[in-house]
Amino acid sequence: MEQNQPSTSGLRRVAIDPISRVEGHGKITLLLDDENHIREARLHIVEFRGFEKFIQGRPYWEVPIFVQRLCGICPVSHHLVAAKAVDQLAGVDRLTPTAEKIRRLLHFGQVLQSHALHFFHLSSPDLLFGFGSDMAKRNIVGVLEKYPDIALKGVKMRKYGQRIIETISGKRIHGTIAVPGGVNKSISIAERDAMLADIDDILAWSQDALALNEYIHGAHTEHYSFATIRSNFLSMVGGNGELELYHGGLRARSATGDVLFDQFDYCGYRDILREEVRPWSYMKFPFLTALGKEQGWYRVGPLARVNNCDSISTPLAEAARKRFRDFAQGGLVHDTLAYHWARMIETLHCAESIQQLLHDPDITGTDLLEDKGDRRKVGIGVLEAPRGTLFHHYEIDDDGMVAKANLIVSTTSNNQAMNESVRAVANEYLDGKEITEGLLNHLEVAVRAYDPCLSCATHALGKMPLTVELQDSSGSVVSTLLRSADGEFCAAP
Amino acid sequence: MTPPVLIFAIGNESRGDDALAPMLLRGLADAGLGSQVELLEDYQLQIEHVADLAGRERVLFVDADMSCMEPFHLSRIASEKDSSYTSHAMTPHALLHAYHQVYGEDAPGAFLLRVRGYGFELGESLSDGAAANLAAASARACEWLADIQAVR
Repeated sequence: MEQNQPSTSGLRRVAIDPISRVEGHGKITLLLDDENHIREARLHIVEFRGFEKFIQGRPYWEVPIFVQRLCGICPVSHHLVAAKAVDQLAGVDRLTPTAEKIRRLLHFGQVLQSHALHFFHLSSPDLLFGFGSDMAKRNIVGVLEKYPDIALKGVKMRKYGQRIIETISGKRIHGTIAVPGGVNKSISIAERDAMLADIDDILAWSQDALALNEYIHGAHTEHYSFATIRSNFLSMVGGNGELELYHGGLRARSATGDVLFDQFDYCGYRDILREEVRPWSYMKFPFLTALGKEQGWYRVGPLARVNNCDSISTPLAEAARKRFRDFAQGGLVHDTLAYHWARMIETLHCAESIQQLLHDPDITGTDLLEDKGDRRKVGIGVLEAPRGTLFHHYEIDDDGMVAKANLIVSTTSNNQAMNESVRAVANEYLDGKEITEGLLNHLEVAVRAYDPCLSCATHALGKMPLTVELQDSSGSVVSTLLRSADGEFCAAP
Repeated sequence: MTPPVLIFAIGNESRGDDALAPMLLRGLADAGLGSQVELLEDYQLQIEHVADLAGRERVLFVDADMSCMEPFHLSRIASEKDSSYTSHAMTPHALLHAYHQVYGEDAPGAFLLRVRGYGFELGESLSDGAAANLAAASARACEWLADIQAVR
């Protein structure tokens, strides 16, 4: 596995800032020589700056509420993983069946809506229109115009997931359903029935979305190698090796499919994972300790999860998983664009799981809280967020205030892989060519496959749009292009 | 029965001046608005929010703005087919356009109240300048609401 080489001077720099249609802001820098040959490609992402400071000093029982403010796309994931850590702090090792199932239902709703957003809103424009197509239509509005049926299903699927979140947590955002030792609200029969009313449609649309992605990936052979890299994979699995999004042990596979470790208790994550700091990036570069930083980087998220697991507990998604694995003829699927396919397998699994849980009598139970035990100083929560394995680690003082916090978010785990994919695309598609918007979008397509969440829950109008800057070998800026929010390039004044 | 007037705040209370819109909404809620007005908020404007516009007569979007005139700017907005380049930056104008695509009819009449903000870092509180702008913008939002209700 190759890595980006250290920077060299005397090159021309192209900066793409921010990357469009990913959550938050990132920048790609290309270093070109005078012949337009790619010397280096780097993805820079602003991580959860200030997160630890934001959490420190707060009462531990409030943490699941506050961490929702970290991200506008996956607040529920942060809420639930923090709740798992806080359960430990409160001395609770096992929830009541109703509490665990309500939390799982909430999580399935979150993953469903996040995956639906990613495919229909962010990635389908590239996949349906082509990576280099007219950017005036290469967006969700263009999809709505040309493929209204597809786009409308996406809108409704995301809305359904949001409705589950609102029903369970009582609010559209800032819900506070998970509390130390369980949940604070039951689901009424009427609420359950309302959620059941639309699930058949959601199931059917999930199958349609899966079929579409399966077709797109199969029919476009150029997608097989696009941004594709060979990597290790990390994810959580259930006790029988099944796909598991809420609670289980950690499993890692090498690029050839060998199991590196399995059913590893995530509370010991520091024994198997380390994070490297590099001077040119805010974001760390995690790696599997046993393999070292050069060989130990890995991928997380849908591609990792569907590759890593031995089975999926719901029948339609399991059949889809088998087709997915057959595609690799018994090996692992390394195609980066197969992230989209895997994401839709998981979406179908979420829809099936939601249906199962809504028919489970425990889901409307009223035994919501487990008695607290002796307070502990350390709590570690891990779950599979839409984008991959998410770690929350808290340590508290004698007064129950958070003294230390550490997160490893999914996008951080994919950091090296995204850099490798960007470099692969740059070398294949941009090397030696004049840089155009269509070619630049190829880089963004590679990044978007990973669905990176860049922690920017700030929505403010008037943000600076994309900037492309060219520097000559002396470091002087020779030209600058600005891309406005309407997608048009113009020369900088 | 869907309340005919929607005020939709966009922002994250834990990111400095991004709290402007949610705080404005909180002030309106404390004043009591009756059954004809619904207040909603979210971190970001997303495609599925078209569903929140259905059945409305008037919509007011409220958002922090990093570059508008101080203290605020209120304007009527129209549907625009822009290419809001990140999902979290989907503009109210683009949402109105998406509404037409989804429902096959024009979106309800919409206004955008931009409140000038200055800092947006995680964990920051509202800046002094933004607090002053919030007071002015809140008063203007109340006027807008009174005007709307007067002609209904």
